[in-house]
Amino acid sequence: MMNKAGDWLRGTQVWKSIFRHGPPTTARNRTMVMLSNVFLHLHPVRARASGIRLSFTWCMGGLTFFLFLVEAVTGILLMFYYRPVAASAYMDIMALREDVPLGIMREIHRWGAHAMVITVWLHMFRVFMTGSYKPPREFNWGIGVVLLVLTLLLSFTGYLLPWDQLAVWAITVGTNMARAHPVVGYEGPGANLLQVNGIALVHSGDDIRYALLGGRFVGESTLLRFYVLHCIAVPVMAMVLMAVHFWRVRKDGGISGPL
Amino acid sequence: MADPTVKDRPAAWPSPWPYDFPVEGKVPAAPDKVARIAGVEPARPVAMTRRSLFGPAFLGWGAFLTAVGIGKLGLVRFLFPNVSFETPQEFPTDKPETFARDTVSETWKETNGVWVANVEDSIIAISTVCTHLGCTPNWLPAESKFKCPCHGSGYYMNGVNFEGPTPRPLERFRVYVGDDGKLWVDKNVKCQVEQGTCADRKFGIPA
Repeated sequence: MMNKAGDWLRGTQVWKSIFRHGPPTTARNRTMVMLSNVFLHLHPVRARASGIRLSFTWCMGGLTFFLFLVEAVTGILLMFYYRPVAASAYMDIMALREDVPLGIMREIHRWGAHAMVITVWLHMFRVFMTGSYKPPREFNWGIGVVLLVLTLLLSFTGYLLPWDQLAVWAITVGTNMARAHPVVGYEGPGANLLQVNGIALVHSGDDIRYALLGGRFVGESTLLRFYVLHCIAVPVMAMVLMAVHFWRVRKDGGISGPL
Repeated sequence: MADPTVKDRPAAWPSPWPYDFPVEGKVPAAPDKVARIAGVEPARPVAMTRRSLFGPAFLGWGAFLTAVGIGKLGLVRFLFPNVSFETPQEFPTDKPETFARDTVSETWKETNGVWVANVEDSIIAISTVCTHLGCTPNWLPAESKFKCPCHGSGYYMNGVNFEGPTPRPLERFRVYVGDDGKLWVDKNVKCQVEQGTCADRKFGIPA
């Protein structure tokens, strides 16, 4: 009975238009399952049993991706209530806790962010300790380092959004580093090289920190800029690099073997 | 895993996918191509050779990359607004005689980030940016000191540091008496006590 229903289903044009291969009863078709699916094709077609042992990978890469998905879903939900405007940002954060159903949503987003930094770190630690950064996987290690930076930037840009004293001063202190950037930061080495008749071309009103903050100080325009960076720019970059990262695991020979 | 060949495909499930796995035998090259490679048949006349493509290709790519570069410059420029809605860097305070000896005025702290202090026989404008990590210290009149809430840096009334992690005194700004008789502060010009640049008369008017 079930077999017949299955046969009928697999014979329909809808099914055949979606799955362009036969049932996974042969080695070829099992391979086709992976190759003809946009999501599965990022994964290795086959993985070593020793490589997917929990004690080997700690599943930290997978957990990081899971937490990224949690952050994406909860973040989109938070965007329905949060307005990145100085007059309302803090009130909206309060409302998310007090007035909105499931007031825990922002807490999930916040704790998920903390957890993601930890899992990224542990994933990196595992990859290092198992020597999985060695050839042919050097490039993927490099992508992973960029993804680590993007994870930290996501945390940093999200830190300003509650718009309380902690947020404003943390970003004030954090972005002061940009002032010391060589050449393009107005207090950095080489900034005074760019002068015309003694007038500095790189000053507090046009250096890299100004572009980051949208002004000389953390203010209204900074809140909006960090909101856009937090919700669009950095996540999109992270998603593109994650796709490459996962796909390279497959291309570089799957999960590495134990040392 | 056995070699994936066409034979593995179950007869009941013909794959509609055109991209099939290795097929036994190989499709032979077209006969005319074989003949041309073998030199049997003279090369056909062509309107454009591969070599002659270089010029237009360089031109085309050059134009494209130039356009992309200009677009990138525009993108960077976009990040710098033409109008800033921040408070002016040069602003009037009050008549100099209103600042009593050995007091600190907090009137322009919130709006302009400046304390006006009458200390050591001169009126000076002190920056409210902590020289440790950029927070705003508080003026504590009872203890006659500036105290930063972030990491505990402390400064005397004249802005010189004496406790906490800060490495140097608070910065000072240029002050002058304007045509309106008021004390003006110019935040575009600053001095640093520890470098001796505050000795200049433009950074303090006699009280």
